[in-house]
Amino acid sequence: MTQWKVRRQAVTRRSFIAGSAAAGTLGFPAVLRAQARTVKVGLIHPVTGFVAYSGQQSRIGAAMAIEDANKAGGIKSMGGATLEGVLGDSQSRVEVGVSEVEKMNEAGVAAYIGCFQSPVGIAASQTAARYNTPFIIDVGASDLIVTRGLRNVFRLKPGFGKCVDDAVVALGEINRAADSPAKSAVLVHESGEFGTGTAKLLAGKLPSIGIEAKELIPHDNPTRNMDNVALRIRGIQPDILIMSNYVNEYTLLARTLHQQRVNLVGMFSVLGGGFNYRLARDLPDVAENMMDHNHWFNPKSSKAQDLKKRVEATGGLFTFEVYLTYNSVMLLADALERAGSADKDKLIEALTASTWSTDIVPYGPTRFVNGQNEGGRAVGLQVQKGDIMVVHPAEFASAAAVFPKPRYN
Amino acid sequence: MGVLQAVRERERGLLGVEGSARHDRMPTSDILFAGLINGLMAGGIYVLVAVGLTLIYGVLHIINFAHGSLLMLAMYAVFLLWRKPLGLDPYAALPIVTAGAFAFGYVLYRGLIGHFSHGKDENILLITLGLSIVIDNAALFFFTGDTQTIDVAYAGRMISLGPALVALPKLVSFAAALLICLLLGLLMTRTDIGKAIRAVARERRGARLVGIDVERVMATSFGIGIACLGAAACLLMPTFYVSPSSGHAFVLIAFTIVALGGMGSFKGALLGGLLIGIVESIGGLWLGEQLGQIGIPLVFILILLLRPTGLFGAAR
Repeated sequence: MTQWKVRRQAVTRRSFIAGSAAAGTLGFPAVLRAQARTVKVGLIHPVTGFVAYSGQQSRIGAAMAIEDANKAGGIKSMGGATLEGVLGDSQSRVEVGVSEVEKMNEAGVAAYIGCFQSPVGIAASQTAARYNTPFIIDVGASDLIVTRGLRNVFRLKPGFGKCVDDAVVALGEINRAADSPAKSAVLVHESGEFGTGTAKLLAGKLPSIGIEAKELIPHDNPTRNMDNVALRIRGIQPDILIMSNYVNEYTLLARTLHQQRVNLVGMFSVLGGGFNYRLARDLPDVAENMMDHNHWFNPKSSKAQDLKKRVEATGGLFTFEVYLTYNSVMLLADALERAGSADKDKLIEALTASTWSTDIVPYGPTRFVNGQNEGGRAVGLQVQKGDIMVVHPAEFASAAAVFPKPRYN
Repeated sequence: MGVLQAVRERERGLLGVEGSARHDRMPTSDILFAGLINGLMAGGIYVLVAVGLTLIYGVLHIINFAHGSLLMLAMYAVFLLWRKPLGLDPYAALPIVTAGAFAFGYVLYRGLIGHFSHGKDENILLITLGLSIVIDNAALFFFTGDTQTIDVAYAGRMISLGPALVALPKLVSFAAALLICLLLGLLMTRTDIGKAIRAVARERRGARLVGIDVERVMATSFGIGIACLGAAACLLMPTFYVSPSSGHAFVLIAFTIVALGGMGSFKGALLGGLLIGIVESIGGLWLGEQLGQIGIPLVFILILLLRPTGLFGAAR
């Protein structure tokens, strides 16, 4: 656990990793200094382990949000109190995430934000409930997170239930507009809570848009080889493939299918972990025309474009983890402002009654029901000519969907 | 068949798929053949990673816990050489990365592992474990946790082997892995350094008594083991990705292969790697990617039950 306060200069990705890597490697004790007029925020992300990239991206978003909130005068109702991030590395492991909650509780955090992986978020927020401390889930898809009756848990983004509903609507409309070339699907998913839950929901809902789920293929993390998955897909001959997996396996599967020239009407993913600007840039032939239904920024928002430029200026990518964590910190800052205190009960009440809004993402004002923000939504995306376009819904679309995708020769 | 059916029924129950037809199908002979070929191709890479590990074990009598981390470093070296301005193709980079990996391994042993181990095997074990942690975190610092890939024009070229389609880079990596094993075998049996390595592996004190520079031989063996990783990295990168955790995806399976083939045995690493590749592939086709992995520990347990020293291991 490392304490970190953003003052004037932007904290770069390297400095975060340096801090957390040093703490993880050398076992530095936490520096517990008394800070006047600061509100400590526990930031728990997997900055090492198999989903380290996503955790690092979340930290970039958190850094920028804390910097922006403090630059704007801090929490005015608390005499300009500044936010101070207390960093925790879950190491992509549930038990480590839980121990970070315990350590941060000792450090006196007012709230937690995390944890990217659903299982870590579920266990960590359950532990935070023992201390009645608010826990904002910035990224974490499982709906189990917000269906346990815990009053301290809040999720700004939609869960996989809502994302699947939106994705099925989007896929149905895109398919119908192209005279319904997709009639069958194979679903490939990672075998954890996120992938299995998403695939199970999708398989149940696809028939409502005239698509039969022919087979569900789970895989472990990490997976070294996707050749046999490609072989099975080739044997089943579905019209479309739907993937739900993390970045490495997503990239490996997409690449293998492209290498093996597996012809599909479309490659679609729901919350596809590897669908990002790097895929579009580094593997343009693989990524071209791949579609995803995911969290995305509002391309028409100047705030979002400014944030994107800031992230890219540091050499980073503007991935969904960045702006979801950025917004989670801003949501907390707004709640602290209205609560006028870091008292945990008052903060939970302020979050519960929150109507905070931002145009960085295509959301309406927040409205929490059992901890889930009902105003959140994911959008349909597609890689087109090396860039990522919003193709659904029409009100945020920056391009029309290319569907069906051209066949391989 | 009954067991398979039961597994699939259970999987269906676990997934709770309703209203969607799941297609229960036995793999056809064509698919099984393609799976066999896929397994052999994957096994080629496993062999290279395992050969390095088994060589280091054979001579140093320790498991190199930094093996996965060093593989990851070699993969980053391939990635950096491929990037502009160098733009070096991974196959063209093979001699450079392999030689660089040998030099790195040699220096690492002479400067760090050998120096601080004070001649105790258990110290070497701890040093390699610590090294692994340092390398992993250094990679996170310098490269971030991002997944990096390289895009080469021939990556999508397919070769038809009967009903199986094999990506050209996988065929190349398989052939290269066998060739490297052959060259290593020749090095070990036909050269003075090979004989010295075998002498040190067999009887360290005796080798010292007949004038062999044991420290130099141990450093050379470590260097050759790491050079194998350099070659594996060049062969992997056209079809795989690199991230700070990517080396670990191969290292656990390499440990299994080394134990299965017999600790310190080249032949064992070669046959064990290919066997594990095939078992993993056919198991994945038969039982699904997830459950199919069970084949690896099953074969491992079976062989250790019947032959505790592994396929080609000698009792010590």
